[in-house]
Amino acid sequence: MGGVERYAFPVKKAGAAAMAGGAADRSEGDRAERFKQLALPHLDDVYTLARYLLRSASDADDAVQECYLRAFRHFATFRGGPIKPWLFAILRNVCHAAATGKVRLVYAADQQDDAAAKPVWHEESETPEQALARRDNSDLMRRLIGELPAEFREVIVLREINDLSYRDIASVIEAPIGTVMSRLARARALLREAWMAAEGGGQSK
Amino acid sequence: MNCDEAEVLLHALIDGELDAGHAREVEAHIVICATCAARLRDFQELRKTTSAMDLRYAAPASLRAKIETGLPKAPASAPTRRAAIKGFAFGAGLSALAASGLLVMVMRNDDRQRVLGEVVSAHLRSLQAQHLIDVQSSDQHTVKPWFNGRLDLAPPVVDLTAQGFTLLGGRLDTFDAKPVAVIVYRRRVHIINLFCAPAPGSADRAAVMESLHGYNVQHWSENGLTLWAVSDLNAEELAEFGDKFEAALRQ
Repeated sequence: MGGVERYAFPVKKAGAAAMAGGAADRSEGDRAERFKQLALPHLDDVYTLARYLLRSASDADDAVQECYLRAFRHFATFRGGPIKPWLFAILRNVCHAAATGKVRLVYAADQQDDAAAKPVWHEESETPEQALARRDNSDLMRRLIGELPAEFREVIVLREINDLSYRDIASVIEAPIGTVMSRLARARALLREAWMAAEGGGQSK
Repeated sequence: MNCDEAEVLLHALIDGELDAGHAREVEAHIVICATCAARLRDFQELRKTTSAMDLRYAAPASLRAKIETGLPKAPASAPTRRAAIKGFAFGAGLSALAASGLLVMVMRNDDRQRVLGEVVSAHLRSLQAQHLIDVQSSDQHTVKPWFNGRLDLAPPVVDLTAQGFTLLGGRLDTFDAKPVAVIVYRRRVHIINLFCAPAPGSADRAAVMESLHGYNVQHWSENGLTLWAVSDLNAEELAEFGDKFEAALRQ
């Protein structure tokens, strides 16, 4: 058990069925089409953030589904601009809601099921040996990021993997930019420390 | 500026988030402080390491499907039975109109949908089957000649690295049962497949942006070539890609 529990996600199955089967008037269908065009291209990004926040493939699956349901329900409140930070903020709320009443910002039990999700993109220029070494390194880095405390983990994922600006990160984590900067500094210091330790210990270099 | 301030601000410097005034202050501090200079180098190194890695996860197809089915359908894509019967009744009238060009227009529209489906499928196939690139090079003068003798067209290959789109290489693909040239670019982590097929005698057509299953497709024709740029990149940046590509070709 390790003291950390898994949380059940309240995925609204009934709501989804009603949306799909209900009287889909023209505007509703059009709205869904517009939502799809804007939000679905970011599915991998949202899923990636969920994987890092929750550290579990099945929980990430549920959280992302709930996030898109909520996003569509509140699509009318989306005021244009880049949609990614908006989706991230919703996802983050979903993850927090799942952990309500539990230890703050400890999202879920740590599970190593990386084999389930393949990396999006492989460089093809390298030899199989190089590719293997790089994959190992990437896996190691994923693990090290996953082991960071939650408030540092999220800024690393938002900045290094999703390339968000400080302003967008601030809006996602609902904190001032100064906080973003100090957390990012601390997060990178922690990550670098862990990386150096792992490299020094794991490889004869 | 002291080391405590610099320790935080040097990250903003790495990320390009500092205004000119602060950037100068941090840089001035780094000149006189070896500790902070070393720190800056360390974190630049870390940034380089992580950005070269594949740290993302791909959402499972089942999740995409679950989300799509959870959304209301556009009425046009799900005709009711009554509409079908109505269509049937009008069928006789329609065939009489066939020669007038109305049906041609409808069929063209269907054809466009089919081609859109095919081009997105080809994009997905290239990512799944590990057959993204045949000739791997970021040099346009390597990629372009590679197609010589393999295709009856010389595909336009331009280097857009300076514009933020990295040339990864090219490959041969089949599309609409014909061999086509594909130029592959990358924007951050998003792959852009640019399909080029000869369309002799066809008129130039301005770019149209469409979307299917969450993928954006920009389609245009120019100089007897018809081109599709396909990516999971957002529509604005994909349109920017099309613009930059065309602009570079005209130079």
